[in-house]
Amino acid sequence: MTLLESRRVTAPVRRRGTPRRRGGGGLAGYFFVGGYAILLLAFGVFPTVYAFYLSLTNDRGQFTGINQFVKVAQDYRFVPAFTDMLLYLAMWLVVLVVLTVLVAVVLRGRMRPGLSALFRFLFYIPGALAGVASVLVWLFMLDPAVSPVSWLLDSLGLHTFAAVLTPGNLPVIFVLIAFWTGAGGWIVVMYGALNNIPDEVLEAAKMDGAGPWRTAWHIQVPMIRQWIAYMAILAFAAGTQLFVEPQLLQTASLGRVTPTWSPNQLAYVFAFQQGDFNGAAAISVFLLALGLIGAGLLVRRSDMFKVDEG
Amino acid sequence: MRTPNLPRSGSRRTAVRAAVAVLSATALTALAGCASAGSTTATSASGAASFKPATQDATSTVTVWADSTRLPSVQAYQKSHPDVKLNIVTYDGSADGSTYLQTKIQLFDRTGSGWPDVVFGSPTDVTWASRPTKPGATAFAAPLDQNLVPQSTLDNFAKGSLTPCQYDGHTYCLRNDIAQVVLWYNKTLMDRFGYTVPTTWEQYQALGEKVAKEHPGYLVGSVGDTNSQESYFWSSQCPAFQLTDPDTLRTDLSSPDCTRMSNLLDTLIADKSVSTQGFFSQGFAKDSGSKVLMANGPSWYGQYLFNAAFKTPAGQIAAAAPLTWDGETTAATGNVGGGVWMVSSHSTNLKASTDLATWLTTSDANQAGAPTYPAYVPAADAWLANPDNKKYFATDVSSAFKTAANEVWTGWSNTKFSDATAWSSVVLPALTAGKTLTATLPAWQTAIADEAKSVGYKVTTQ
Repeated sequence: MTLLESRRVTAPVRRRGTPRRRGGGGLAGYFFVGGYAILLLAFGVFPTVYAFYLSLTNDRGQFTGINQFVKVAQDYRFVPAFTDMLLYLAMWLVVLVVLTVLVAVVLRGRMRPGLSALFRFLFYIPGALAGVASVLVWLFMLDPAVSPVSWLLDSLGLHTFAAVLTPGNLPVIFVLIAFWTGAGGWIVVMYGALNNIPDEVLEAAKMDGAGPWRTAWHIQVPMIRQWIAYMAILAFAAGTQLFVEPQLLQTASLGRVTPTWSPNQLAYVFAFQQGDFNGAAAISVFLLALGLIGAGLLVRRSDMFKVDEG
Repeated sequence: MRTPNLPRSGSRRTAVRAAVAVLSATALTALAGCASAGSTTATSASGAASFKPATQDATSTVTVWADSTRLPSVQAYQKSHPDVKLNIVTYDGSADGSTYLQTKIQLFDRTGSGWPDVVFGSPTDVTWASRPTKPGATAFAAPLDQNLVPQSTLDNFAKGSLTPCQYDGHTYCLRNDIAQVVLWYNKTLMDRFGYTVPTTWEQYQALGEKVAKEHPGYLVGSVGDTNSQESYFWSSQCPAFQLTDPDTLRTDLSSPDCTRMSNLLDTLIADKSVSTQGFFSQGFAKDSGSKVLMANGPSWYGQYLFNAAFKTPAGQIAAAAPLTWDGETTAATGNVGGGVWMVSSHSTNLKASTDLATWLTTSDANQAGAPTYPAYVPAADAWLANPDNKKYFATDVSSAFKTAANEVWTGWSNTKFSDATAWSSVVLPALTAGKTLTATLPAWQTAIADEAKSVGYKVTTQ
């Protein structure tokens, strides 16, 4: 009740206030945004433009058109790397979306607040570890010789580290690592999103006879749809950048994981082993295009930027 | 920095149309006449011709990159030459196919500064360091035969040990050590079981089958390490990585010289007397270290595998000369590693840098106590004369080491890509999945050929 009312009160105020502020706080605004803008230009925009330049030229600086793209696409490692990554992405996105939303719904509606806060904290902890550290944790978890859950690995027929790291298992392993490190933060975000749903709506659903799962499916999930899309876009973008996990696993397994498992690793090999920065840039442009297409689709399908007329 | 308003659908369509027009125009120009996407690096002129030393400063600091094994040697040099300013950096030394050094040099070549003066690396590193990484760059390694190291010194390196250092008529590195493959065995166990040490591969196989029956659990070898192919297939003279000329790689794994080894190993793997788990893999030392009866492997296995990893007590391990095949009179053997020292062509103190590299590789003071077998022949004699290098073993390893050092087969070339990548990422997972080595040879060959082509070799499989 209170929530809905306060919203009604504040909204018109903000609308009236906005034009006035735009005229007033100009300088301070630019100042606040300036630091970010400079960093964005230096480390975001400029490298992207440079990557486009590199991908359209060769190492003598001559214009090559689409030849760099054709060259890397014909490389024998290109298709396997992108297949690996897309397989991983598909599994990762489904697992992420289903499980984080499910957990958030349970934490929001089916648990005492204290317990819920404790679980949110626990889920969040792994995400606070740096990426490399979390991979190291998993190296221990996955090696039957030292793993605290070696009985589980043994029961799956995996008696050696080498057996765990067979190519077919790799996408699953990377999804495990990514979920373990990344899902906690998203559970907290989804929980916050669920909190934004007015209680009256849920009460009304209850009165109409909806049980908790019906409410979740028909009320809560649709109402946080834009948040889910937001999560999917960021997770998709992060997933296409997969690098640290396979790279570390490659080293730790003494080379049993191919050094070009993901496209980012392939770009790395192109740049730093073959000395072909132009080819590496072409791969990065492929990844950029993939990320933009994925984001574009999700934004359109979820009406993410549609302004509420509420 | 507000995001501009999204155009409404009408203007968006115009924008899309404009974008398509621009793109197709670009594509047309692109297709019309543009340069090839290939890199020039593979075919560019040799670095030696363009080698011009940087401005020299005899007092400048010499930055050394060494692996942890050779770190004490560099520190010893600092001790005996206190007037030289050294900046010692430890790194992985390009072990196990690491490309850290190459990655860094690529970046230094881009930024135009930062190169170390002296580096320890693998022979593979010489293949890229001896030529420029991009047009206009100077090859990282300095041609040492050009007024830096006297020819008389170069002539004293073991036969063939400087071959990986040579490119286009110049010598770009000094070989630190060689890692000739010998047959290691546990003399105590062999005596207890009443076995004689094999001298041919056929006897080796027969003994392996016997061990499987009489003493299950004991091992006569392992193929699961990143370098096992060098112990076995190199010794078998398998043409897997054979440069017929500097730009053409021959890889023919269907050759009988390869299949005789893969069949032998498949038999023993099936018998479980050859392990598919690497000697150096996690947990091996603990679980099976004391059950290794024989190991066909490099000269450093004695100290680094049996002594350090397996903790086998002194007085048990011995080495025999490389095995021959029935009907072949001379043995051929493999080589597993052996590092090189390179001097940077960008060094501002070439004199001190070269002196350091020379001292490290050739001086008795350093090499007599070196951890691995020296490539410099007089130093190798000093090494073998040092009782510290032999007291761990049950018998004198000198003759086995010396014989093997002269029998390293030269048909396994030092290529621009590591011979470990395809073996580790293609063959070993297949073995783990239960496939036989022989059945995996075609996949291995394809992987080698693909990798070779990607770094600019022409590939022949005949």
